[in-house]
Amino acid sequence: MSTAALQKRDDRVFSRGEASYRVIPGDTTPNDIIMSHGSVNFDRSGFQQDLNVCFPLERLHELVSEGFIGSVADYHYTVAGGVEPEKNEGSARQIAGLMKREGVDTVLLVPI
Amino acid sequence: MREHSEAIKPPRALWVPYELGRPLGLPNDVEFQKRVLRACLGLLDADSGPVLEDYPEDVPVDTTPVDFTGMSCPIDLPSLPSNDSELTDSLIEEIEQIAPWYDLAVSQRSRTTVGISGLDINDAGRFLIDFIEDPSSPSPRPDVEVGPMLKYTCEDLKAFYSEAMSAQPGMSASLTVENWLWNETVLGKVLWRLREEHVDDSDSYVGYLAQRALIPDRQVQFKGAPVFETA
Repeated sequence: MSTAALQKRDDRVFSRGEASYRVIPGDTTPNDIIMSHGSVNFDRSGFQQDLNVCFPLERLHELVSEGFIGSVADYHYTVAGGVEPEKNEGSARQIAGLMKREGVDTVLLVPI
Repeated sequence: MREHSEAIKPPRALWVPYELGRPLGLPNDVEFQKRVLRACLGLLDADSGPVLEDYPEDVPVDTTPVDFTGMSCPIDLPSLPSNDSELTDSLIEEIEQIAPWYDLAVSQRSRTTVGISGLDINDAGRFLIDFIEDPSSPSPRPDVEVGPMLKYTCEDLKAFYSEAMSAQPGMSASLTVENWLWNETVLGKVLWRLREEHVDDSDSYVGYLAQRALIPDRQVQFKGAPVFETA
């Protein structure tokens, strides 16, 4: 899970102050993931060079291959950090429910 | 982020000493990134939470001296126009000269982060100039209002420049790219002008964009001079 307002290229752009979320299916290619976070006060050049620096999906799959973790979920979620936390509660509860349904037992939250 | 973790008390938290935007530390360093992840996921071995640990490994310090006097950029960009009427031609010319490096970056990485505006990059540049010359210019996309369209356009242009520049040897550091963009390019000049002319815009979105969502705070603070990393 990421707070970097990542989204699929053809998905809706995060609007200003939006507290909703986007789904990134596990088979999404790196070129199909873009960022629509409103803040300009964090570095984007690392993300531009390597998606894994903020969304380490490839690294997690490598850790599965190494036996360090058991598996990686099929669906991943992103929100836009910087929104008042209370506004995120509805999305957080929805995402938690979706993760439970998928059998997720650990969430790796990667803030931006 | 450490303060946030102290307040929120998640079950397990690993604080990392990296700049915002790079939570895994180093782009394109597989082993470095995996060490961070192993340390983070290893916190699950603790019997109970909350756990907040500091990760000790800093990113290597790049000691390569960078010349900010205009010679650091191997792209032969057009000189900054002294006359605002030349902005359009200068920006389009600059985009064309940067394009080969952007194409190289896309080829090397098999991806681009440009695209939230949905515009061709030259059209993005033209819309930006059109808006500066006439703020009543319509949005090039009927489904997106002018304010958000301007934001998406600016983000795509910045990403286009940043991807191109960071593809060059020795230009991967975030501040190097950032200082170049804001101090040495026509695009930077155009965006500074957008900020200055619209910071009090009656359109709340455009005003917000100009004031808070266009130029990094540290560049605003040190306008006209490159920002240096502090220890």
